[in-house]
Amino acid sequence: MSDLAWINAAISAARPQAVGALLRYFRDLDTAEEAFQDACLRALNNWPKNGPPRDPAAWLIMVGRNAALDGVRKRSRQTELPSEDLLSDLDDAEERVADRIDAADYRDDVLRLLFICCHPDLPATQQIALALRIVSGLSVKQIARAFLVSEAAMEQRITRAKRIVAEGDAEFETPGPVERAERLAAVAAMLYLVFNEGYSAGDNPARAQLCGEAIRLTRLLLRLYQTEPEIMGLLALMLVQHARTPARFDADGQIVLLDDQDRSLWIGPMVNEGLALIDKAMRHRRPGAYQVQAAIAALHARAPTPAQTDWPQIDRLYAALERLTPSPVITLNRAVAVSKVAGPEAALEMIAPLADRLSGYFHFHGLTGALNLELGRHREARVAFDRAIALANTAAEAAHIRQHLDRLAHDHAPAGGAAK
Amino acid sequence: MLYALLCYNDEDVVWAWDKAQEAEVMGRLAVVRARLAKAGKLGPSLRLLPTTAATTFRKSDPPLVIDGPFAETKEQLLGIYIIDVADLDEALAVAKDLGDANPGGAYEIRPLALYNEGSRDAVAKGAVTA
Repeated sequence: MSDLAWINAAISAARPQAVGALLRYFRDLDTAEEAFQDACLRALNNWPKNGPPRDPAAWLIMVGRNAALDGVRKRSRQTELPSEDLLSDLDDAEERVADRIDAADYRDDVLRLLFICCHPDLPATQQIALALRIVSGLSVKQIARAFLVSEAAMEQRITRAKRIVAEGDAEFETPGPVERAERLAAVAAMLYLVFNEGYSAGDNPARAQLCGEAIRLTRLLLRLYQTEPEIMGLLALMLVQHARTPARFDADGQIVLLDDQDRSLWIGPMVNEGLALIDKAMRHRRPGAYQVQAAIAALHARAPTPAQTDWPQIDRLYAALERLTPSPVITLNRAVAVSKVAGPEAALEMIAPLADRLSGYFHFHGLTGALNLELGRHREARVAFDRAIALANTAAEAAHIRQHLDRLAHDHAPAGGAAK
Repeated sequence: MLYALLCYNDEDVVWAWDKAQEAEVMGRLAVVRARLAKAGKLGPSLRLLPTTAATTFRKSDPPLVIDGPFAETKEQLLGIYIIDVADLDEALAVAKDLGDANPGGAYEIRPLALYNEGSRDAVAKGAVTA
C-alpha cells in the first residue's frame, strides 16, 4: 500500500474521534470540520516526512486545534504556536494531549458527533447523508452518487441539515447514564438506516458501499461501549446479513432468495464475527430488537442447508420481536416461519388481518402470492403478484415477481383453464 | 528454534481496508508465506477477528467474564491455544478447565478470521529440538 493510501486510511479511521473532540472544543460543527481539514492537509505534508504518529487521532486533534487557534492569533498579531514539524511523534505535547483526551472523552465525543446527525427534525435520508458527510467523511459527490441525486442537490440537502443541527442546542456536557442510553439507541437506529440504505441498493455499487461504512461505524461504537448487548446485536445483524452479499444476486443482477443462495459464497469470517457477537450479547440476558433479529439471522447462518433451518426457533424469536416492537412487517416476517412450521394456510390466516395496513407494501403481496402459489391457488397468486410488481422498489424485485408471473402464465396457458 | 511472530496494528484501519487494499496486502504476504513454507519454516498462521468480538475470562475466584479484549498492562502474553468449539459458551468452558489447571491471569477468547495450517515439517522439526 502506498504512503498516501495508508495516510488516507489512518485519517478516515481517526476522523470520528478527531472531529468529535474538535466539536467539543469549538462547539461549532463548521469550525470543527475546518480545523480537521486543516490538520489533514498538514498530515499529508508532515507524515510522509516524519513517519505516521503513534496516535493519529491525538495528532489531528492537537494540530487541528492549534491551526484554528493560530488563525485567531494571527489575526490579533500574537505569537504563533510552534509548527507541527516540531511536534514529532509522541512529542511531549502530543502525549499530554493524548492523556487529557482519555478514553472516556473519546467515547462521548464520537457518540455526540453521531447523535447530532439524529436530530428529530431531520428526515431519515438527511440523517444518513449528514452522518456520511461529517462522521464518515465521504465527499458530497460520493453521497450524491449513492442517493442518485445531483451533487448540487446533495450539497444543498447537507447544508440545510447542518443548519438545522446548528440551530438546535447540542449538549456538550458529559452525558448522564440515562441520556447516554437514549443517545446510543438513537444512534443505533440511524446506523441501521445507513446499513439498510446500502443493503437495498441492488446493483448501485456507490450505495452498496454504505453497508461497509455502517459496519465500520458500529464496530467503532461497540469498541467504545463494549458492554452494550444491543450494539453487539446490531453489529452481529449487519455482519451476518452483509456476509450474504456475494450470494444475493445472480450473474444477471436478479435477487437470489435466502433458500436458493449458494451458502458456500457467504463470507465466512464475517458470519463468524456475527455469531461470536450474538453469543456475547445473549450472555447479558437483556434482550432487545437488534439482538433478536441477529439471533434470527444467526439461525439461518448456522444452517448448512435451508432444509436444516430451525424454523420453530425462528418462529419463537419473531414472536419475541413482535412483543418488543409490534409492527405488521414483523408479523409478515413471522408468517414466513409459520408457513414452514404449520404450512401456507396458517401463514395466510396470520397475515390476512394485515391486508389494510400493508396494502401498499411490496413484500405483503409478494408473500401472499408465494403462499397462494404453494397452495395451488393460481388465480389468487396472480392477483397478488400483479399488485406486488406494481409496488416493486427496485428492478431486481420486479424481475423476481415477473419470474413467478411468467411461470404461472406458462403453467396455466396450455391446460389450466380448459381442465376446469 | 520455534518463534512466534505476534502481529500488531491499528484495527480500525486494517478492518476498513477495501477489497483492493486487502487483496494487495494479502498477495504480498502470500509470497513471503510461500517462500517460508517451501523452506519448511512456516508453522500455523492465523488472523484474528476484531477485538470487539473478544471476551475476556479472568481466572479470579469466582472467574469473571468481561466483554472485550484483555486490557490490563501488568500481565504479559505467555501462550496461545487454538480450539475448535461450537460457540462462545463452549469456549468459556474450555477456558474454565484450563484455568482450573493453571490459576491466575486471564484468557482472551477471540474468534479467528483465518487459519492456515502451515508446513507441518517446521512444527515437527521444532518439536524435536525443543
